[in-house]
Order: sequence, then structure tokens, then C-alpha cells
Amino acid sequence: MSLRSPLSRARGLGSAKSGVHHFWVQRLTALALIPLTLWFVFSVARLAGGSYEATYLWVHYPPFAVTLVLFLAIAFWHAALGVQTVIEDYVGHEGWKLTMLVAVKFGLAILGVACIFAVLKVALS
Amino acid sequence: MSTNKAVASKATNRPLSPFMIGPFYKPQLTSMLSITHRLTGLVVTLGSLFIAGWLISLAAGPYWYEGYAHHMLAWYGQVLLFLWSWCTLFHLCNGVRHLGWDVGFGLDLKTAYLTGYSVVIVSAVLTIAVWILAYAA
Repeated sequence: MSLRSPLSRARGLGSAKSGVHHFWVQRLTALALIPLTLWFVFSVARLAGGSYEATYLWVHYPPFAVTLVLFLAIAFWHAALGVQTVIEDYVGHEGWKLTMLVAVKFGLAILGVACIFAVLKVALS
Repeated sequence: MSTNKAVASKATNRPLSPFMIGPFYKPQLTSMLSITHRLTGLVVTLGSLFIAGWLISLAAGPYWYEGYAHHMLAWYGQVLLFLWSWCTLFHLCNGVRHLGWDVGFGLDLKTAYLTGYSVVIVSAVLTIAVWILAYAA
């Protein structure tokens, strides 16, 4: 029997101190994505319909390339955590749940790395 | 979990969470925005395929980029991009509302409705602003 109060146990974040890791990272990435997403959406709108050269030079400019990589890495991470929550909430069958979780995480990891590689290829060429 | 399965098989006739809204549970602004937050999150994630297509075609060269841009600038591409932009901006605005709740702000009913209506209006205004900028550029 533990002498710790329920509140003290909750504040200790559990035995491995990882009980709120998913929740916390979801919020941290959300916070970072507020300015990054606004920047991305309005930048893309300004580039809309523009030439290949204009878009190339935009991605090639180091500050934008760095911000793009940050946006992509954090956005795909946030997406993976979010979709994980939806799957865990609505998919009851354990086999399906596991399959979908693995597929989504692998898929988003591949997509995210491909996007970042594309940015780096343009930025470093 | 095996306990989940036991509970689920015992009560298969009861209305389950997202499907109870409508016939069993009156739709409200708060619950509608909550489900919309999840749906827009999923749409934005699916829309990341468009970002990937855009960046990968850019890295592949002018030939691929022009081919991709051709589809994105066609009416169906524009419709998908419009949907994606609104979903992104709605998810962002409502996400700020969620972050407020996480630190204990706006949990009372009156503020929850006020911020709820604000999210609908601000996300619409931002979406229109993005598209005005896109067509003015």
C-alpha cells in the first residue's frame, strides 16, 4: 500500500514518467504549428500560379528552406499523433487498430522524409 | 484489450460515440465543432499528399512541376485546394481554442460558445484572405 495521495501520484506522471508524453508533444507541436502554418499557407497563396523559377527560388532561399523543413517535420509529427488518437478512439478491433496505426505511422514518415528531402535537394542545389 | 471486446459484444445495440449525434443526441455548436476538428485534421493529413506532390515535382524539375501545377490550377485542383485551405485554417483556429482549454481558459459554456462562433468566423475570413491573395498575385 502506498502512502502517496492520488494527487501526488498523478503529479508524478506515472512510474515511467511517460504517461502524458503523447498529450504533451501533441500540444507542443500544435503551438509551433500556429505561426508555421500561417506562414506556409499565406506563402503558398502568394506563389500560387507562379512560375517554376519563382517557386524554386523561394524554396532555395536558406531562411525559407529552414522554416519549410521545420514546418514539414512538425506538421507530419503532429498529424501522426492526431490520426493515432482518432484510430485508437474509433477502431475497436485490435488487429485492425494495430494494422492501421502501423500503416499511418509508416506512411506519414515516408511522406514527411520525402518532402524534407525534396526541400533539401532544391535548397542545396 | 479483451475487456473492451467483452463490453462491446455485450452492448452492440447501444448508440456509440460519433454515431449518436443526430438521432439520439441533439447537435450543438460545441459537439459539431469537436467532430469537425477531428474531420478537418484527417482531411489536412490527407492533403499533405498535395504538399508532397508539389515539393517532389519541384525537386524533379520544370517538366514535372508544370505537369503538377496544371492539375492544381484546373478547377478540380482549385476545389481540392480550397477545401484543404479551409480545413487547415479551421483546424488551426479551433486548435488555438483547444490550447486555451488545456491551460484552463474558456471552459465555461458562455465563453465556449463565444470562442466557437469566433473560430467559424475567423477561419472563414482567413480562408477568403488566402484566396484573395492567391488570385491577386
